[in-house]
Amino acid sequence: MAATPAQILETAARLRARIGDDLHDRLTEAIYTDAEEIANRAVSRNGQARGVHLDQFFDRVLTSRIWGFPAMVLMMMIVFWLTIAGANVPSAMLADLLQGSVYDALHGVAQTVNAPWWLKGFLIDGVYLATAWVVSVMLPPMAIFFPLFTLLEDLGYLPRVAFNLDRLFKRAGAHGKQALTMMMGYGCNAAGVVSTRIIDSPRERLIAIITNNFSICNGRWPTLILIGTIFIGATAPPALASFIAATSVVAVAVLGLVFTLLVSAVLSRTWLKGEASSFSLELPPYRPPQLWRTLYTSVIDRTLIVLKRAVIMAAPAGAVIWLISNIYLGGDSIAGHLVHLLNPVGVLLGLNGVILVAYLVAIPANEIVVPTILMLTLNVARSGLAQTGVMLELKDDMQVHQVLTELGGWTLLTGVNLMLFSLLHNPCSTTIMTIWQETRSLKWTTIATLLPVVLGIAVCLITATIARLMIGLI
Amino acid sequence: MTLNQLDVGLAAKVTKVHSANAERRRMFDLGILPGTVIEAALRSPLGDPVAYRIRNSVVALRREQAELIEVQVVTDTTERKTER
Amino acid sequence: MSAQAEAVAAKHCGACSSCNTSELARLGIKVGGWDYMVALAGNPNTGKSTIFNALTGLRQHVGNWSGKTVRRAEGAFNYNSKKFKLVDLPGTYSLLSTSVDEEVARDFVLFARPDVTVVVTDATQLERNLCLAMQVLEITDRAVIALNLVDEARRNGLVIDERALSRDLGVPVVPMAARRGEGISDLLRVIENVAAGAYPTRPRRIKYADAALESAVESLAAQLVAAFNNLPNARWVALRLLEGDASIVRAVRDGTLGAFKQPDGVVNLVQLEAR
Repeated sequence: MAATPAQILETAARLRARIGDDLHDRLTEAIYTDAEEIANRAVSRNGQARGVHLDQFFDRVLTSRIWGFPAMVLMMMIVFWLTIAGANVPSAMLADLLQGSVYDALHGVAQTVNAPWWLKGFLIDGVYLATAWVVSVMLPPMAIFFPLFTLLEDLGYLPRVAFNLDRLFKRAGAHGKQALTMMMGYGCNAAGVVSTRIIDSPRERLIAIITNNFSICNGRWPTLILIGTIFIGATAPPALASFIAATSVVAVAVLGLVFTLLVSAVLSRTWLKGEASSFSLELPPYRPPQLWRTLYTSVIDRTLIVLKRAVIMAAPAGAVIWLISNIYLGGDSIAGHLVHLLNPVGVLLGLNGVILVAYLVAIPANEIVVPTILMLTLNVARSGLAQTGVMLELKDDMQVHQVLTELGGWTLLTGVNLMLFSLLHNPCSTTIMTIWQETRSLKWTTIATLLPVVLGIAVCLITATIARLMIGLI
Repeated sequence: MTLNQLDVGLAAKVTKVHSANAERRRMFDLGILPGTVIEAALRSPLGDPVAYRIRNSVVALRREQAELIEVQVVTDTTERKTER
Repeated sequence: MSAQAEAVAAKHCGACSSCNTSELARLGIKVGGWDYMVALAGNPNTGKSTIFNALTGLRQHVGNWSGKTVRRAEGAFNYNSKKFKLVDLPGTYSLLSTSVDEEVARDFVLFARPDVTVVVTDATQLERNLCLAMQVLEITDRAVIALNLVDEARRNGLVIDERALSRDLGVPVVPMAARRGEGISDLLRVIENVAAGAYPTRPRRIKYADAALESAVESLAAQLVAAFNNLPNARWVALRLLEGDASIVRAVRDGTLGAFKQPDGVVNLVQLEAR
């Protein structure tokens, strides 16, 4: 008669007691001994290990006390500078094409078919124009940044960054691999959230998910770069403008890192308290990145996919913007009403009503914040320019500056606070959905969504107050 | 002495692994068993963690983990594992 | 394969048209019947995903850091007019369940019984990688070792004798440099041979050299076979029980040991994960 499961387990326990508790150790040792033997028989050395010494040299430099951190900052700055400087000309060219020639052509077509003004406006000035903006402003930086980031990834540099930063993460009570998921978030926060699967412990995984938003995703780079260029870079002599602009963007990124650590530290000591789980980080050998393959996959995989999402988000958002700008209730457009309603709060925060409304509309995706701000500014200022498509001329950064400051009443404070708010606001809707899918918890998804906004409001309030106290003006 | 006390550039042989269960299996997974020779390769600019060369791979361990591994410094170079 | 057969193959395969890559039809992910199921196992960061992509034609980006594969990918491909289903298991250092990943990988090999298990190994870190390979060989007979990253081994001045390795392990060893596309067609050929039973393997079993242990394992294994039908590998289960492996103990107590196979032979990885 066969033994029951319970009996089998009893027998096993009895035998285990006789054999000894360290069976697992002995078995593992046996496996390793065997593996060693086999490997020794199969592997032999053949002359110089060419790659090894170079690898070790790089590692010693990139993780040294003196050069480690400066190297990281330098790397970040190079990436950003290449992105900013490299994207200028292509962006201008695309804008010429999409917001110039194609836009005119579309209006021409609409004219010939005698389309009603509202249809023209809705489709061309609303839907099309927002999408065209997104493509011409967002595509060139993305097409440069993603491949650069991917090359660094392929090279094997990222674990070294995690290695350098680990002590900070440890002190913040976070898992060592959070450095890696954080870096992934610089590409796209939704991807960063998914990548937290490499962290086993649910508690530490949640911390990584919630703080991932402080990694500035590619959708937010253009906003930061634009504002950094026209408000902060513009304050410097032309030769240094790009450099100063890049520095300001890097500064915000570093601030993001600071917030990641701070919030992790607070979370791990309050809501998400618990034991630190076991950690080990493998430093793979440096592998020469395959240039063409990388360019190809990062264009297909990353840029086009993000672009597609931007277009999908921009089109309806453009529609919404046009609608709220052109539907009039009691003497003012819906947009106008919203802006005036939110303006007091906005100004208090060192922003304005337009920015707040823009962020409401931009919950779907971060890329459309700037075009929305522009369109709303033009619209609310009742600028006749808004209807006749002066967006054409806004392909020039300095004219954007002009519109914002003259029509929108922006100051340096507004620019700075917009950059801060860009860092500290709710995740985009794709990310929120992803957080929900990964956590299946309404509670944590809500926290992950609202926490950054609350922080953003607090920080903006503080900077605005300090700035005003210093200047002594409103 | 324990592994975290090993200076960068030196190698040592593991004599005992002090952790239990999951942590212990993790160590074994990485190849850290009694008899294994480990070399301290890199120290992070902030002092912790330290990257160790273990059987041809380089793995970073935090201080709390390295403290659990008892080692004996290896002075005779023939005892060292071939580098990768 | 005899040395002679191997030599012939090496000489002619490159020019042969019946098994070159043009015959490889890439289907991407497909739900439905297949002729053979292949599992991809291996340490993290060994190029498993690169091989997976190469075989199935998927374009998921592969980075260079440990633990990058976070999804359990399933794909399929055609070869020699047979349909193969390919399951990419999470990268693990061993199969002795310290984490969910390891349990998933282990359970799949143990219970889903793929027709072939390919263990992807890093040629520059053979020792550690062999540990997983040998653990796989303890569970299943039908395995292939994909010796990946040989280009890097070359760069580091290492020379690997895959014949010796194959002799020692008792299973075929295929040298590859997957990111350059080298070795893929060889791998396909070997996978098919093993799946079809054309390559009899004699996997090395780890010697424990302990009489007390041996007799304990034998008696326990006998009891297991009598109590559970459809048991994949009684000896392996007995060893785990003697070690006190929590999840195997649980499976025996629940009676779920051996109950994983679904009617059409598919094991739903999502189910395993949820367990």
